[in-house]
Amino acid sequence: MSLLEVERLEARYGLLLAVRGVSLSLEPGETVALVGANGAGKTTLLRCIAGAHRHSGGRILFKGRDVGALSAHARAALGVALVPEGRRLFSRLTVEENLLLARSAGRRGPWTVEAVMQAFPNLKARRRALAGSLSGGEQQATAIGRALMTNPEALLLDEVSLGLSPLAVERVYAELEILTRSGVAIVLVEQDLKRAMAISQRTICMLEGAIALEGASGALTREHVTQAYFGLGRSAPAEARVR
Amino acid sequence: MILINQIVQGVLLGGYYALIAIGLAFMFSVMRIINLAHGSLAVLSAFALFALADRYGVSPFLGLAIVAPAMGLVGWGLQRTVLERSARGGLLVPVLSTFGLSIIIDNLLFQGFGADTRSLAPYIGDLSFDSWSLTDDIAIGKLAALTMATAIALIGALHLFLMRTQIGRAIRATAEDPDTVGLVGVNPRLVNAVAAAIAMATVSIAGAFLAMRATFDPYAGALQLIFAFEATIIGGAGSLWGTLIGGIVLGVAQSLGALVSPQGFFIAGHFAFFAVLFARLYLTDLGAVLRRALIGAKPA
Repeated sequence: MSLLEVERLEARYGLLLAVRGVSLSLEPGETVALVGANGAGKTTLLRCIAGAHRHSGGRILFKGRDVGALSAHARAALGVALVPEGRRLFSRLTVEENLLLARSAGRRGPWTVEAVMQAFPNLKARRRALAGSLSGGEQQATAIGRALMTNPEALLLDEVSLGLSPLAVERVYAELEILTRSGVAIVLVEQDLKRAMAISQRTICMLEGAIALEGASGALTREHVTQAYFGLGRSAPAEARVR
Repeated sequence: MILINQIVQGVLLGGYYALIAIGLAFMFSVMRIINLAHGSLAVLSAFALFALADRYGVSPFLGLAIVAPAMGLVGWGLQRTVLERSARGGLLVPVLSTFGLSIIIDNLLFQGFGADTRSLAPYIGDLSFDSWSLTDDIAIGKLAALTMATAIALIGALHLFLMRTQIGRAIRATAEDPDTVGLVGVNPRLVNAVAAAIAMATVSIAGAFLAMRATFDPYAGALQLIFAFEATIIGGAGSLWGTLIGGIVLGVAQSLGALVSPQGFFIAGHFAFFAVLFARLYLTDLGAVLRRALIGAKPA
């Protein structure tokens, strides 16, 4: 049984169909890179899985259970965590308070405030600073740390490296690798195609709300993904399924 | 000396205004709801305490041990049945629905208790009139001092609760971004229901002091709402310690106004409210003008 299964998911914003019949599955410890142009539906897909956006069709199964009717906090309690686009920190709370808040999910585990400080040493000095006063890198670290504090089994990361210095990006990716070794599954939205394909086992490319290309990251070339990314041509290697 | 006495009395009166404003400011800052039934709910608590004292001889302070939790439950229920639904319709709908609620509460109280004016003063013994004389001209009423002390203690306790507890953090986070708290495992509906319960528990305390220090009748809520509203706005809408400052400004303005003319009490209070309101609007404008002058006019 897969950890997460999404079946023919549809999601709308008013009349606009943002996600059109997307199916995907995620195994424990697996990393899937989700790529695609702006407006391809990546963020909406992640928000639907986390319960931040109500889907209009299809099913979402987490650990075999249909979680489609559950609100976001109930899914967080089951082990789904989203690092949302734009980080969405609570700016009037301190870094530590942002992290502590995530204990509301009621999932105790290896991730504590101390563990987050270990993983992101740049936060140590900023522990009591208001989240609104942080630099981009510190904000991203806090947002990831906050999601980790729920001790998730599936971690959804939307635009991980946006606004980060190259050094901070290295650190975040090193942490993610350690994380997957403990069995956490990751869905990663990342603009840096090369990096996304290097860390992931599978790459899914979305185009206009649907999956244009899906395959093992090692078997896909940059060219395949770039073509699917822009919707050029429809050719792909045999290992990769084209939809 | 009379002037000093008036200021002292005004400050103490401000303690009461702060007390009645806390619930209103708390609800506005956390749930973005302007609760126009606030005054009526305070009067409802006052009648509940009166009924306990009148029929069963329960002292108002002991009665609060029953009425405060009961009002907390009322707050919880109101949030789940009325406020939550109306808040989904924008900022204006809760204003309308709570206005309707205030009319219902007022008239049910009228139905149940009649038009008689009541007070809890007979049930608290000497406390209602006892005072400490500081000088020949200045005396501090024990009840007024207790009101002020209660206001400060309540604001302090709420402040600590918000800053130090997990549910307090959740309340602050929900106030800032109700759509995101779910992602970290916080149930925003539960948090808002708890916040409404807390707000209503503070309203019951305010209602107790309203009933002990003066008289009330079923339609006394509207005036309490106005005082609470003015203290909240003067104090900077939504800040808890601000309500104390707002209450004191309002109380001192009213006391000084009363010195000028018997009608000056209300007029001076309203005047202070509008003065602060316009000063804030005007000074913000002034700030923008100054900034433009210093930085130089730039096309927007």
